[in-house]
Amino acid sequence: MKKNNLKGWLYLLPALLFLISFMVYPLIDVLVYSAEEGYNSASQIFFGYGLYNYSYVLHDPYFLQALKNTFILVIITVPLSTGFALLISLALNSIQKLKDFFQTVFFLPYVTNTLAVGLVFMILFKKTPYSEGLVNLLIFWFGGQSVDFIDGPYWAKMFVLCFYTIWVVLPFKVLILTSALASVNKDYYNVAKLDATPRWRVFTRITLPMISPMIFYLVITGFIGAFKAYSDAVALFGTDLNSAGMNTIVGYVYDMLYGNSGGYPSYASAAALILFAIVLTITCINLMVSRDNVQY
Amino acid sequence: MKVVLKDLTKIFPNMNKKIKEGVTAVDHFNFEIPDGKLVGLLGPSGCGKSTALNLICGLETPTEGRIFFGDTDVTDLPPENRGVGLVFQNYALYPHMTVRQNIMFPLENLKGDKKLSKEEMEERVQQAAKLVQIDNLMDRKPSEMSGGQQQRVAIARAVVKMPDVLLLDEPLSNLDARLRLQTREEIRRIQRETGITTVFVTHDQEEAMSISDLIVVMRSGKIHQIGKPQEVYDDPVNLFVATFLGTPAINVFEGEVKGEKLFISGAEVLDVKGARDGEVWIGIRPEGFIPEKNGPLTCHLNGVEVMGRDSSVVSTHPACSAVIRSIISTESDIDKNSETVSFSLKPFKVHLFDKETEERIRFEY
Repeated sequence: MKKNNLKGWLYLLPALLFLISFMVYPLIDVLVYSAEEGYNSASQIFFGYGLYNYSYVLHDPYFLQALKNTFILVIITVPLSTGFALLISLALNSIQKLKDFFQTVFFLPYVTNTLAVGLVFMILFKKTPYSEGLVNLLIFWFGGQSVDFIDGPYWAKMFVLCFYTIWVVLPFKVLILTSALASVNKDYYNVAKLDATPRWRVFTRITLPMISPMIFYLVITGFIGAFKAYSDAVALFGTDLNSAGMNTIVGYVYDMLYGNSGGYPSYASAAALILFAIVLTITCINLMVSRDNVQY
Repeated sequence: MKVVLKDLTKIFPNMNKKIKEGVTAVDHFNFEIPDGKLVGLLGPSGCGKSTALNLICGLETPTEGRIFFGDTDVTDLPPENRGVGLVFQNYALYPHMTVRQNIMFPLENLKGDKKLSKEEMEERVQQAAKLVQIDNLMDRKPSEMSGGQQQRVAIARAVVKMPDVLLLDEPLSNLDARLRLQTREEIRRIQRETGITTVFVTHDQEEAMSISDLIVVMRSGKIHQIGKPQEVYDDPVNLFVATFLGTPAINVFEGEVKGEKLFISGAEVLDVKGARDGEVWIGIRPEGFIPEKNGPLTCHLNGVEVMGRDSSVVSTHPACSAVIRSIISTESDIDKNSETVSFSLKPFKVHLFDKETEERIRFEY
C-alpha cells in the first residue's frame, strides 16, 4: 500500500514540480514581496514586514487613475460586448442566406494580428500631420468638431479604448452564443409556435433562459478579462500609459516592475494582490447571481 | 371536430442536390377522422407518419392537397390559429419552468377576448393537472420527474388551451414497458373524458391496436388500410398490413391454388372457394392453427413454449422462410418429443395474397 502511494506520487512529480515552481512559489513570493517594506531590489534588503506597500499603492494617484480606468472599462465593455454579441448571434441565427459568410466576417477579428488591428485603429482615429483620421472625417461630414482620439481629452481616449476592447472580445462571444442558440432544441420553438407565443415572449421566456448558462459564462470570463486589460491600451496609446492617463491595473503592475519608474516589486505585488481581491469578489458575486438565475 | 385530409401530399427536396426529384413523405392522403375519435397512425419508421402529423398541426406546409377542420379549410392557416395541441415525442417541456408554469404558458399567450384572468388561468391549469393526475407535483421541475410524469405534463400543456384537435407524436416510445401499458390506458381515458379528436403516431402496432378507435396503416407515404383495429387485423387488404399487425406476426407460406383448393408443398390444406388458380402467399395467424394428429399441414417441431395462458408451438416448414409460431391452448396435447407436428387450419385465420402484387385474394369459407 505504502509502496503504491510512493509510485503514485512519482507519477505526479513532473506535473507537481512545474506547478509548484511556476504557480505556487510565485504566488507565495508575491505575498511575501507585498509585505516587505522598503525592499531594495539592488541590494536585496528590506526593513521589515507590514502593510505599508498596500497603503502606498492605494494612495498613489497613478494607481487610482489605473483603478478608475479599469473600472470604467469593465463596466462599459462587459455588458455592451455581451449585448452586442447576443444581438449579432440572434441575427445570425435567424438568417438563412450568407449565414456562413457573416459568421466568418464576425469571427475575423479573433484571428487578426493585434498589430494589424492597431494599424486599422490608427487609420480610424489617429490625428497625424497628414490626416485627421477617418472618424474625424465623418464627424466633419456631419458638421462636428474634430476630436483628437489618441492624444486628446480623457473621454475620447476612453471611448477609443472601450470601442477597441469590445471589438476585440466580440468574435469569441458571438461564436459561443451562436452555438448556444443553435443547440436549443427546435421542439421548444415549435411548441411555442403552436401556442401562439409572441416573438418577444419566446425570446425572454424560452431563448434567454435556455442560453443563460452560456451568457453567465461569458459575463464572468468577460469581467476577468476586462480587469486584466493591458495590451489593448498599449496597442492604442503606446507604453507610456501613465502620462497618457490611460493606465490599467495590470499596466501599473508592469510599470512598477519594469517601467521607467520600475524596480519596485513590493508595490507591484501589492497592486497585483489588490487586483486579485477585486476579481475574486466580482467573480463570487457573479457566481451567486448566476446560481439564482440559472436553475436547470 | 372532424379532420378531413384531401389529396394531402408532402414532397421534401432531396438533401443530395444532384437529385432533382424530391422525397415524397406523404403521398395523396385521403381520409376523414371522425369527431371525438382516437386515431392511430401506424407504420414502420420513415413511412411519413410524423410528417402527416406536422401537416395537420401546420408546422409543415403541404405540397398539394387540403386539410379541413370541420368545414373550415385550415391549409393556409398558421399553426397557432388552428387550435391544435401537440405533444412531442421528447415532450419538449421547458426545463427552466415548473410544472405549473409549463402548463400555464399557453394560457398566458391568449389575447383579446380570449384573455383569461389570473384566477381563471389558475383554475384551468388545476383542471388540466387533475385530468392527467399530476396536481400533486405542480412545483417540480421537469428534470425532477419520471418520464411518465413528464409525458402527463406535456399532455396537460397541450389540452389546457382546449384544442379542437390533439396530436401525439410517438407518445409512448420514451417510456419503459410497464409505464407504456399504463400510459396508453391514461391516454385513452383522457381522450374519452375530454372528447377531443385525437391523432397519435406510433410504429408499435400493439399500442395502436389497443387504444385506437380507428387505425391508419401506412407505408412509404401511402395509406394501405383504414379501419377499426379488429377489422384491419381480421381483414387485411394486403400482405404488408397482414404482416405488420399482430404479435407474434402472421406466418407467411408459399403456396398454390389449384381448382379452388389450397396447396402447401403439394399437400392440400384448405378449401378456398372462389379463389383463382395460381401461386400465392399464404398468411396464417398464429391462432389459426389447430393441432390435429392427421392434420393436413405437417411441420417440423422445434419446441413448445408454455406461457401459462396458452402455449406457443415453434416449428419450421420448407414453404415458410421464417420460424412458424402458433398459439394454441394449453389443453391441447402435443407430444413435445415428437419430430413433427400436424395442424389443420381455421379458414378465417388464413389470408391469401397475390404472389406479384401482394394484394389480398378473397375466398369463401
